[in-house]
Amino acid sequence: MHPATDLPPDPTMRLSMLEAMMLIRAYEERLASLASPTSPGTCTSVGQEAAAVGVVRALAARDRILTNHRSAGHLIARGADPGRLMAEVMGRVDGYCQGKSGSLHISAQELGVVLTSTIVGGELSLAPGVALAQRMGQQAPGGITAVFFGDGAACEGIFHESINLAVTWQLPLLYVCENNQWQAYVRRDETMPIEHIADWARGHGIATRTVDGNDVEAVHAAANEAANAIRDTGRPYFLELTTYRQRGHFEPDDQAYVDAAELASWKARDPIALMSTRLLEQGVVAPGELTHLQQRVDTAITAALAFAQNSPWPDLRELSTDVYA
Amino acid sequence: MQTLTAHDAIGQALAEEMRRDPRVLMFGEGVATKRRDLVAEFGADRVRNTPLAEGIIAGTAAGAAAMGLRPVVDLLFAPFLTLSMDAIINSAGKLRYLSGGQFQFPLVVLTMTGAGWGVGSQHNHNLEAMFVHAPGLKVVMPSSAADFKGLMKAAIRDNNPVLFFMDLALAHVPGPVPGGEHLVPIGKAAVLREGTDVTLVSYAKTVGHCLQAAQSLAEQGVSAEVIDLRSLKPIDEATVLASVRKTGRLIVVHEANRLCGVGAEIAAIASEKAFSALTAPVLRLTGPDAPAASSWVLEQASVPQPDAIRDAALRLVGTPVTA
Repeated sequence: MHPATDLPPDPTMRLSMLEAMMLIRAYEERLASLASPTSPGTCTSVGQEAAAVGVVRALAARDRILTNHRSAGHLIARGADPGRLMAEVMGRVDGYCQGKSGSLHISAQELGVVLTSTIVGGELSLAPGVALAQRMGQQAPGGITAVFFGDGAACEGIFHESINLAVTWQLPLLYVCENNQWQAYVRRDETMPIEHIADWARGHGIATRTVDGNDVEAVHAAANEAANAIRDTGRPYFLELTTYRQRGHFEPDDQAYVDAAELASWKARDPIALMSTRLLEQGVVAPGELTHLQQRVDTAITAALAFAQNSPWPDLRELSTDVYA
Repeated sequence: MQTLTAHDAIGQALAEEMRRDPRVLMFGEGVATKRRDLVAEFGADRVRNTPLAEGIIAGTAAGAAAMGLRPVVDLLFAPFLTLSMDAIINSAGKLRYLSGGQFQFPLVVLTMTGAGWGVGSQHNHNLEAMFVHAPGLKVVMPSSAADFKGLMKAAIRDNNPVLFFMDLALAHVPGPVPGGEHLVPIGKAAVLREGTDVTLVSYAKTVGHCLQAAQSLAEQGVSAEVIDLRSLKPIDEATVLASVRKTGRLIVVHEANRLCGVGAEIAAIASEKAFSALTAPVLRLTGPDAPAASSWVLEQASVPQPDAIRDAALRLVGTPVTA
């Protein structure tokens, strides 16, 4: 029924997923390097790139995405222009939201990335309505909605309200939980008695799967399967990606509260290193090509930064525009 | 003209708008149970019961609205709105602005409040001013059956989130309601009685109390003008100011408590923009800064009554108050 998933991995696709992860990493590390107590900071998704790329690459153009405060990966994986993203973070007019969002609530209607909420769990409250509109054929009919959130959002009551409604109303909704082990400045194991969010989700009668969130190909395969299941059954699906937030909650952050050995163990399973090594070992890519890829993304980010820095500040009249439709 | 209760006037508005626009849908706790006629005409997809979960009801409305649907959600009693404020205030009210105008949120939140049923303060809390203070929202609170219909139709057609407060003491009061296309513009107050000595500004059930006070004032030779705000956001400054410039005296009356209430805003508008016309201090008659009691006697005592409004007006115009 969905033959694409049964084909052997396409080397071009594999390289493209690696490059997308590298671009996200380069973008976020450049932004983090600029962070200071007086400049707008950002919440990075460093270490979680495989989750973003693996899932977003499994979605179709008619699908819709809701994300959260750690959104750069989802946006870039969907094809967002890093220059316009940086301009947005810096509050400039060429940003996707004309500088009004900053880093925390970036949405991009043209990319199908709708309704980012930085209220933890806010994206979970909005997602059923987006999926309902798709199911009722109002916009992007036949599409599914993917909502990205973390283990922190799963501790909000709205997590349960959202899944219960999606299951009851049979909405085409893909829940993507990036279980990154951190909830702002608190370790996940301080806040919940179980390891996996999927255990909570299953109680609501939703199909679930938990996979290694640092393996982009495992994520991609699972996301394909999940998306196909939603399209075939019309019912929601819960995908949990086990991963780790390698940087602090909000830049700048010295991570003094993070156990060094734990961080090191996760960095040893870094999603980009993992995929690079695999492609090298399988002869899909040569070492020189990897260097070339890295140069290409670095050049792109340097250009993006220049574009953002040259973008004008908003006119002060924008202070009160677009409050009402 | 037909005679309908406010509840039925809203039902008629819903049916007419759902007939006119296939994007309009309604959901909430018991919506499909209570409005069987709408289910029968428009189907279970467009008239839905929901779990008892105000957060996800409002969030789903915001998400659907951003995608082009035009949801009306019934959140029952106004205190339950506190469970839905993230979706209403942080999402529907802010994400248009934060997205640089990429999205709009054409949704209506219907809710009931006010003294009259003795249900106590977790079902009766006139918290409309909280939403007036939140950017990106509109707020209406009508007093007549005709306005319930006209404002509901206007709210459904509005491209912004509209909080529609129904004073539950008015829900089953019959009144004349125009059939068919009857729209009351949001942001437009109504002058219900013209007068020259004092302006009484109110909304919801205390509008009726102001009209009763104006009648007894007339019997004592005092001419009171009565304005029904109908919309609390945007507020119709022009109608209020024109009246104050004419009468020179202003009393604002509402059931909600005083501190930072709508009356404070009306008083500030008058003081900023019509100070030279004022011949007396602006007065506010409001409910107390206390949770609503369940006891009928205490509940009624929390609402400004016609006699109190009359006496305040007499004091303002310098007429001795007779017991």
